[in-house]
Amino acid sequence: MTWDLVANVLIAGLLTGMVYGLMALGLSVIFGVVRVVNFAHGEMMTIAMYAAVILFVGFRLDPFLAVLPVAAAFFVFGYWLQKGLINPFITRPEHSQFMLLVAVAIIMVNVLLMVFGPDARNLQVDYQLESFEIGRLLVDKARVYAAGVALLTAGALFGFFRFTLTGKAIRACADNHLGALVVGLNVKHLYALTFGIGSACVAVAGCMMVLLVDVTPNLGPAYTLLAFITVIVGGMGSMPGAIVGGILIGMSEALAGLLISPSAKSMFSFGLLILVLLLRPQGLLGKKP
Amino acid sequence: MADAAASAGNRTLLQIEGLNLFYGDAQALANISMQVLDKGIVAVVGANGAGKTSLIRAIAGIERPRAGSIRFKGSEIVGLPSHAICELGIGQVAEGRQIFPTMSVAENLEMGGLLKRARPRAAQAMEDVFTLFPRLRERTHQAAGTLSGGEQQMLAIGRCLMGNPELIMFDEPSLGLAPAVVQEVFRVIKALNARGITIVLVEQNVAASLRLATRAYVLETGEVALEGSGAELLADDRVRKAYLGL
Repeated sequence: MTWDLVANVLIAGLLTGMVYGLMALGLSVIFGVVRVVNFAHGEMMTIAMYAAVILFVGFRLDPFLAVLPVAAAFFVFGYWLQKGLINPFITRPEHSQFMLLVAVAIIMVNVLLMVFGPDARNLQVDYQLESFEIGRLLVDKARVYAAGVALLTAGALFGFFRFTLTGKAIRACADNHLGALVVGLNVKHLYALTFGIGSACVAVAGCMMVLLVDVTPNLGPAYTLLAFITVIVGGMGSMPGAIVGGILIGMSEALAGLLISPSAKSMFSFGLLILVLLLRPQGLLGKKP
Repeated sequence: MADAAASAGNRTLLQIEGLNLFYGDAQALANISMQVLDKGIVAVVGANGAGKTSLIRAIAGIERPRAGSIRFKGSEIVGLPSHAICELGIGQVAEGRQIFPTMSVAENLEMGGLLKRARPRAAQAMEDVFTLFPRLRERTHQAAGTLSGGEQQMLAIGRCLMGNPELIMFDEPSLGLAPAVVQEVFRVIKALNARGITIVLVEQNVAASLRLATRAYVLETGEVALEGSGAELLADDRVRKAYLGL
C-alpha cells in the first residue's frame, strides 16, 4: 500500500464526509431548536436521492440544478410535517414523539419500496468519470463539487442564523423557550421553519450523495443512524460540530474500506462513536451540559 | 404614587372575570376577577404558590384558563396565542428574567422588537432603551448570560420596551437582586408609568409595591383575598400581620 493511495482514499473520505456533515447538520438544527429527534432523517435523505434520479432521468436535470427544486419541495414538506404532525406532539412524552417519527420513517421506506422496488438506482453524468490531478493525487470531480455544494449550503446556514432576524429568532427559541414566548415570538411557526430548513439541508445532501453512491430504499435507516453518529461525535447542538463529525466519519469509513473491507465501514464509525463517548461525552465541539 | 394616581384615567384597560386555571387536577386560579385601569399601577401580592405567576401567564396566553374571561380594551383575549397577545400591546417582564443567554445584548433587544407593532420604530426604540439603561449600551455585543443579575433585569425590561407595550406585567422584578438594584428597578417602573405605560406588578416585596400601587390585590391559594387601593391595603391589619410582619 502506497502513501499516494492512502492520501487519495482519505481525501475521498473527507469530501464524502462533508456531504454526511450537511445531512447531519439538518438533524442537529432540528434537534437543537425543536428538541425533536427526526428519526425519519435518513429516509428523507433517500427520498431526495430518488428525486434527483427522477429529475435526471425524466428531465435530464443535472443534480447540481435539481438541488434547487428538491430543496424547495423539502422545505415545504418539512414545514407542514412540523406544523401538521409534530407540533401537536411537542408537549407529549418523548417516547410518543419517537413512535410518531419512526412510523413516518417506516411509511417512507415502504412507499419507496412500492414505487421503485428494492433494486439500486443511480444516475450517470459525464463528470462522474473525470478527476482533478494534483501532483500524484487523483480526486473525483463529482466528489469535489458535491463537497463544495455541501460546504456552501452549511456556510449559508451559518450566515442565516448569525445575521438575519428570522435566524436569530430561531436561535432565541432554542436559547430560551419561555423567553421566546414572553417576547411574542411565534414559536410554532419558527419551529416549522426550522424543520423546513433541516429538511432542505437533507435534500441538498441527498442530491449530492446520489452522485457518489447508488440508492436503494433500505439506505434510509442506515443514513438515519449515520446522521446520529455524526451529530454525537461532532457534539449535539453544535453546527460546526456536525460538519467536523461528518468529515471524521467519512474518513474513518474510507480507511476501513482500504484497510479491511468496505463492509467494515460501520464498524469503524461506531468505534469512533464509542471512543468519543468515552473520552469526550459532549462530542468534539459540544459544550458541557 | 400621588402623581401616578392623579394621571390614572378611568378607562378600563384590562378586565378579568371569573378566571379559573388548572394544572392537571390542581387548581391554580379560582374565580379571579380583577380590573386594571388605563395608566394605573396594579400590584398583585401574595405568598409563594398563591397563583401570581399563573395569573400573568394566563393573561399572556402562555397558560390557557379553563373558564373565565380576560378582556383587553374591551375585546376578549382568552384563547389567543401568546404572540397575538403581545401584538395587542401586552408586554411582560417574566420571573427569572428569561433573557437569551447565548445571544448578545443587542440581539436580545432585537428579539423584543420583532412584533409588527414595534418593527417600524425598532431602531429608535433601541436608542431609547440605551438612553434609559446606559450600562446596556456599554455591553451591546456581550453575551447576555455574562451580565450581572441587575443588568439582566435591565435587559429584560429593555427587551419588553422594544415591543412598544401599553401594559407591562412585571413578575417578581426584584427577586434575587441587591437592595440598591431593587430601588433602581422600582424607580424605572415608576418612570415607565409616568410615560403612560400601565403596570401590573407582581411582587414579594409587599411594602414597596403597595406604596407604588394605585390599586392592589392580595392573592391567597389562587383566590382574591383582599383588594383595595395600595394605601388601604398598607393600612389593613391582616396585610400588616401576614405580609409586612408588623
